[in-house]
Amino acid sequence: MKKITLLFIGFTFVFCSMAQEDNGTLLNKKVASVQLKDMEGKTVNTADLGFDGPVIISFWATWCSPCKRELNTIQDVYPDWQEETGVELVAVSIDDEKTKNMVPLYANGKGWDYLVLMDTNGDFKRAMGVNNVPHTFLLDAEGNIVYSHNNYAPGDEDELYEEVLKLAAK
Amino acid sequence: MITISILGFSQNQGGSLTGNIESTFQYLNQDSLIGADQPDSKGLINTYMNVFYTNRGFKAGMRVESYLPRIQGYPNRFDGTGIGMRYVGYQNDLVDVTLGSFYEQFGSGMALRTYEDRALGYDNMLDGARIILRPYKGVTLKGVYGLQRFSFQSGKIVHGDGIVRGFDGEVNLNTMFKVLEGKKLDVTLGGSLVSKYQKDDNKTYVLPENTGVYGGRAKLRYGKFTLDGEYVIKGQDPSTDNGYIYNYGHAALVNFGFSQKGLGIVLSAKSVDNMSYRSDRSKELTDLFINYLPAMNKTHTYNLVSSIYPYATQPTGEIAYQAEILYTIKRGSKLGGKYGTSINANFSTAYKPLQRTGDINPADSTGIAYEGRVFDQSDSLLWRDFNINIYRKFTKEFNVRLSYYNISLNNDVAKVTNDAYGIIQSQIGVLEIGYKINKKHSLRLEVQGLFIADDEYGNINDKGNWATVLLEYNVSPHWFFSIMDQYNYGNPNDALKLHYAYGSLGYIKDATRITIGYGRQREGLFCVGGICRFVPASNGLTLSFTHSF
Repeated sequence: MKKITLLFIGFTFVFCSMAQEDNGTLLNKKVASVQLKDMEGKTVNTADLGFDGPVIISFWATWCSPCKRELNTIQDVYPDWQEETGVELVAVSIDDEKTKNMVPLYANGKGWDYLVLMDTNGDFKRAMGVNNVPHTFLLDAEGNIVYSHNNYAPGDEDELYEEVLKLAAK
Repeated sequence: MITISILGFSQNQGGSLTGNIESTFQYLNQDSLIGADQPDSKGLINTYMNVFYTNRGFKAGMRVESYLPRIQGYPNRFDGTGIGMRYVGYQNDLVDVTLGSFYEQFGSGMALRTYEDRALGYDNMLDGARIILRPYKGVTLKGVYGLQRFSFQSGKIVHGDGIVRGFDGEVNLNTMFKVLEGKKLDVTLGGSLVSKYQKDDNKTYVLPENTGVYGGRAKLRYGKFTLDGEYVIKGQDPSTDNGYIYNYGHAALVNFGFSQKGLGIVLSAKSVDNMSYRSDRSKELTDLFINYLPAMNKTHTYNLVSSIYPYATQPTGEIAYQAEILYTIKRGSKLGGKYGTSINANFSTAYKPLQRTGDINPADSTGIAYEGRVFDQSDSLLWRDFNINIYRKFTKEFNVRLSYYNISLNNDVAKVTNDAYGIIQSQIGVLEIGYKINKKHSLRLEVQGLFIADDEYGNINDKGNWATVLLEYNVSPHWFFSIMDQYNYGNPNDALKLHYAYGSLGYIKDATRITIGYGRQREGLFCVGGICRFVPASNGLTLSFTHSF
């Protein structure tokens, strides 16, 4: 119990010290570093995706209809988005062992051009503070989280793209 | 000491802090017709908050949980407010050490998997130490040692009885050996060894105090084809689950996949016998599982399909098969239309394994009750599901999905209802229409019907037929409104021909969601307003708040 108390006090201190440093913005929100595998089994560090432009990270699952609606909708306009802003989309599947095999089937079957990562035991989901899917993040080239949205309704992709355009204009 | 070092780092670098909070409040009414009771406190609330801090290689995190009291459907021994998970750790390219709580999975999880599902209240994390080593490119070694989280009482973690320890190694040959780099055939091999220790406190039996599970796995990829498999064996593990027999257990899993642009195929097979593996041999239900046996059937999302006759894996034994295909007809073609058409079909089935007792005397001193062979199935059906759905986007604004399901469930073994015996056979049809009114406004309509076959005496089986209508109205990016009515019009008892109506309203801003719902709810996977989660049966008001930071 003592250790826990110490840790707790530690957190409080960190909060306070950071609040003072970054006048107003409490947190330095960077993408978490977790080792995930892509659909080919290659290990990818989420903090080191190696893209030059803006990056969209979209958490989804094969059993989540709104997630699939979002990614299929963006797929239709993705070539235009990439040409105009150089944005890359990373679709992080939170499918566990039960449905994980359906991920390449779905992603390829739908012809997605995204990098698909497998977060089979929810490590990245947890580290990114995701409550429910779909949850979409937008990162700048340095990996700072500049926008996030925890839902998908038709039209949400337009708002997301406005944020991408803002980033690309910088 | 730890606190000081965190502080030191943070002043130099700032570090990174992330986390999330979720709070669910319920005010429940008495509704004896659907078996929903009003709790004494009338109001119920669950809240948790995760905080994760990382700075260079250092990491620390915790979750504070609060149940005052717990919402319906949560394990009945969750109460109080306190720290439900905490850890410190350090990671670089070579090592990753964690002290405290952690979630881990070896291979497909059949030997060891600890994970959480907050919506269900499932959390079997390990509390102890974990080391992950990456000594050479392509090689990952893991060692874990700990006690499992069993419960959360008076704001404190309660651990299970047994100690769990495990080792896992995995190597990707193509990354490890230069000569294989970039070869078309990609090979990954792995192996696990897990052991649990629990004191023998039983007066009737002489029980093994240490029980191991060990196994190997391989994953092959050749171009568009993948083939992977895992096989694990469990030592003698007399338990409540298996009726204190001394049989060995096994689990085997094989998956074949093919995918290219526009076409995906998956074939899977699984054989499981006597594979429930818990850190306390006396526990049941979902408590203290060390391993995870993936169910071999599709996770359905439409309300009537997911919630009335769902199937969960049978850890004591099943032989199961699944096949799935997804095909997208090219856009612009005659059949495909302007935007393309997708067809998805899935078949899954599970049987009881055959328990051969020819030369075996169950009453002898060995305690072996039967012989269980790999993929040796009986003709006793547990589950069968055939389903197909076709999706077509007609215009930018208008799309339609048609689905059909044919489901058979053995209610004697995989019990879901008290009102039926033997195999329950049902057919379900769903029509879903999406319509985008303009740039920000859209509508979605689902019409579902479930039709159940009569029982063997020609009577209406279980609760009879159901119909569901759901209408969702979205205003992007902030609002949604939905109403759903699930109507049990075919119930053989006229008094139980009930409407389960539920309305909800939600507001979303960035990573914050607030939803208000009111009405009757059946248990099941509930998808509305763009989010899916498991919800138990209730009647009343539910307020929920989620935020990520």
